[in-house]
Amino acid sequence: MAKPKIATTSLAGCFGCHMSILDIDERILELGQLVEFDKSPINDLKRFRGPVDVGLIEGGCCNEENVRVLQDFRRHCRVLVSLGDCAIMGGVPALRNMIPLKECLEEAFCHGVTLHNTNGRIPNDAEIPLLLDKVYPCHEVVKIDCFLPGCPPSADAIWEALLALLHGKPVELPYELIKYD
Amino acid sequence: MGESVGDFVRRVSHELGRNRSRLLELARAVQERYRYVSPEAMDAMARSMGVPRVEVEGLVSFYAFLSDRPQGRIVIRLSDNVIDEMKGAARVGAAFQEALGIGFGQTTADGLFTLEWTPCIGMSDQAPAALINHVVATQLSSDSARRIVEILRQDGSPEKVVRAFGFGDGNNGHDLVRAMVHNNIRQPGRVIFGHMAPGEALSKALAMSPVEVIRDVKTARLRGRGGAGFPTGMKWDFTRAAEGQRRYVICNADEGEPGTFKDRVILTERPDLMIEGMTIAAYAVGAEMGIIYLRAEYAYLRAFLEHVLEGRRRQGLLGRDIAGKKGFHFDIRIQLGAGAYVCGEETALISSCEGDRGDPKDRPPFPTDKGLLSHPTTVNNVETLCCVARILEHGPGWFSEEGSSQSAGPKLLSISGDCARPGVYEVPFGITLAEVLRLCGAEDAAAVQVGGPSGQMVGREGFGRRICYEDLSTGGAVMVFDGSRDVLWIVNKFLDFFIEESCGYCTPCRVGNVLMRERVQRIRAGRGEPSDLDYLRRLAQTVKTASRCGLGQTSPNPVLTTLDNFRGVYQSRVQQPTDGRRPAFDLEAALVEARAATGARPAVTPG
Repeated sequence: MAKPKIATTSLAGCFGCHMSILDIDERILELGQLVEFDKSPINDLKRFRGPVDVGLIEGGCCNEENVRVLQDFRRHCRVLVSLGDCAIMGGVPALRNMIPLKECLEEAFCHGVTLHNTNGRIPNDAEIPLLLDKVYPCHEVVKIDCFLPGCPPSADAIWEALLALLHGKPVELPYELIKYD
Repeated sequence: MGESVGDFVRRVSHELGRNRSRLLELARAVQERYRYVSPEAMDAMARSMGVPRVEVEGLVSFYAFLSDRPQGRIVIRLSDNVIDEMKGAARVGAAFQEALGIGFGQTTADGLFTLEWTPCIGMSDQAPAALINHVVATQLSSDSARRIVEILRQDGSPEKVVRAFGFGDGNNGHDLVRAMVHNNIRQPGRVIFGHMAPGEALSKALAMSPVEVIRDVKTARLRGRGGAGFPTGMKWDFTRAAEGQRRYVICNADEGEPGTFKDRVILTERPDLMIEGMTIAAYAVGAEMGIIYLRAEYAYLRAFLEHVLEGRRRQGLLGRDIAGKKGFHFDIRIQLGAGAYVCGEETALISSCEGDRGDPKDRPPFPTDKGLLSHPTTVNNVETLCCVARILEHGPGWFSEEGSSQSAGPKLLSISGDCARPGVYEVPFGITLAEVLRLCGAEDAAAVQVGGPSGQMVGREGFGRRICYEDLSTGGAVMVFDGSRDVLWIVNKFLDFFIEESCGYCTPCRVGNVLMRERVQRIRAGRGEPSDLDYLRRLAQTVKTASRCGLGQTSPNPVLTTLDNFRGVYQSRVQQPTDGRRPAFDLEAALVEARAATGARPAVTPG
């Protein structure tokens, strides 16, 4: 029987959740035995090769590209997991949600005190994804099956949750592994 | 002339005895005279009433009829209740905007006019309606809106508008009322609208002991007519038994539930009966002071009510040794509200009478123990007090001949909406909805909101249900909708109302109502999913359970009762997405701001 496949991505996150995945330490070898990685920063694979069993999403959606990647994950993954607080509720990037986008951009590109921007304009380049009006948690963009809170969720929490999902068991984490900050 | 704001504030606060609990009246006086409460006025008010300035500011920001920015000499407030909108309030609003050259919430450059929307002003039987300062204008059309502005421009006097359109029936033509309001009493009954001789019920009551009076009210099984249905005799018992130096009787004439207007008709046509009931209540509980809390929208009735009170004082029916009864002293003052729905809730009403923001209070202690200024207080509805007078006049048996087992006597209904004969009906408790609809000429009704937005929405299969405390409990509002009305639009409108009127004190109500409306709007826009219905129900239950006062405890009712009774409507508007995408998320809409800020880039085709 073929190994189950997993995929991961970081949207509007800090890669802290991915660091936490790496924090499973030597169990990464066991993970390599257990699963095959599809699209993920861990193997630097840019495109899905086929259907995947479990997709882990770090970060919420702050720009157009995030949305397209997330929708791509939804299409390919049987089970989609919001990993960490940014994916679940926007997190630190969502602090900008109280400020109109135009003001954010002007502060960043036109008025910032440490800024060097000779033309004084907000960049307009096809290579730069457009920002959304606000940062959205993943479940407002696509259907999410599981939520693993924490900033970041601990390596043990990720490990236990992943094992349960791969074995088709209910995810029942002990109290100590659930963190909401 | 020559009197400064500070002088004015000092003079009026002196007249009010520098009594902190009269702060709202002071604010109203300032608003009336200067058309807003300026920062200088707030300073002066705080100083002369001896309160922190922030309390004055809090008060001004709370009430819709107080403003911290200059308003026009004439403020036109157009009612935006569901019924008004059904009857064309939008067209009237557009005509006002065009004629005045301003939008809603704006004041003309010459400082003459301010135009605003306002929640229901108690005229749903003659909608669309507006307040022009204190003057009520009813059955508006775009033509009459234009004519009103013309008259006001020429003369500057709202009273001239009424003269041009003519007075309404009954006491609406009284010299002290002069309103174009119509009573629309479609079905008078023997209890509220029967013949009345002032003083008769009172003399019978005074021949008994207070305890016997309360016993009669209990025997009649009278329950509060405001909607909650608490047994009146029991409330009086508690107030009488509570410890306190003084006791108060408050008549709740803050009829703010959208779609209700029966108290307006009582106040116009049967004020004597209500005041007589209030006097009997005072005798029963041992109160010497009473307050009629009159909603600001009914300010046009104030002079008339003062006149009735004065007449009763002259007849010895108010004041000292009332009706010859040695030692029974009682008098009443009128306290005007300032445009806050939540003040209809009794603890909020008491806060308002104390000169505070109309914030509800924690219960217990209940007002019967610690009410106005911490004295035992009974708060009774206008209609309840009328019933009291009748019970004492004709006996409890006569009163409870009508009605159902747990709901004795008659009930006044305020019927509006899609029916041939909107108006006030006195009906026996226990009447079926179908019978009510037949009475008012609404055989093709598809949905009926019983009890106002905080009540229940009933569909055709529920028309056999009865209006009484044991089934469809109501303060009297019955809004009728025919098959052409969108139930979700109505729910949306009701949530708009609750969001506007929430005092903001507790989170479930302040935030929960907004989240409910967001989800209802999502469904209305065709972006809803089946799971939204569960979400709405859970959220509604949370708001209901966790809110601090009656407003938040009932504001989810439009959502909950339509989910129960109109589930098909919701289901037909939601779709299960097949690709796992949330239909509510609109990528293109989310990118509009960025495209504008960075310089328009063509939309890429979705990949």
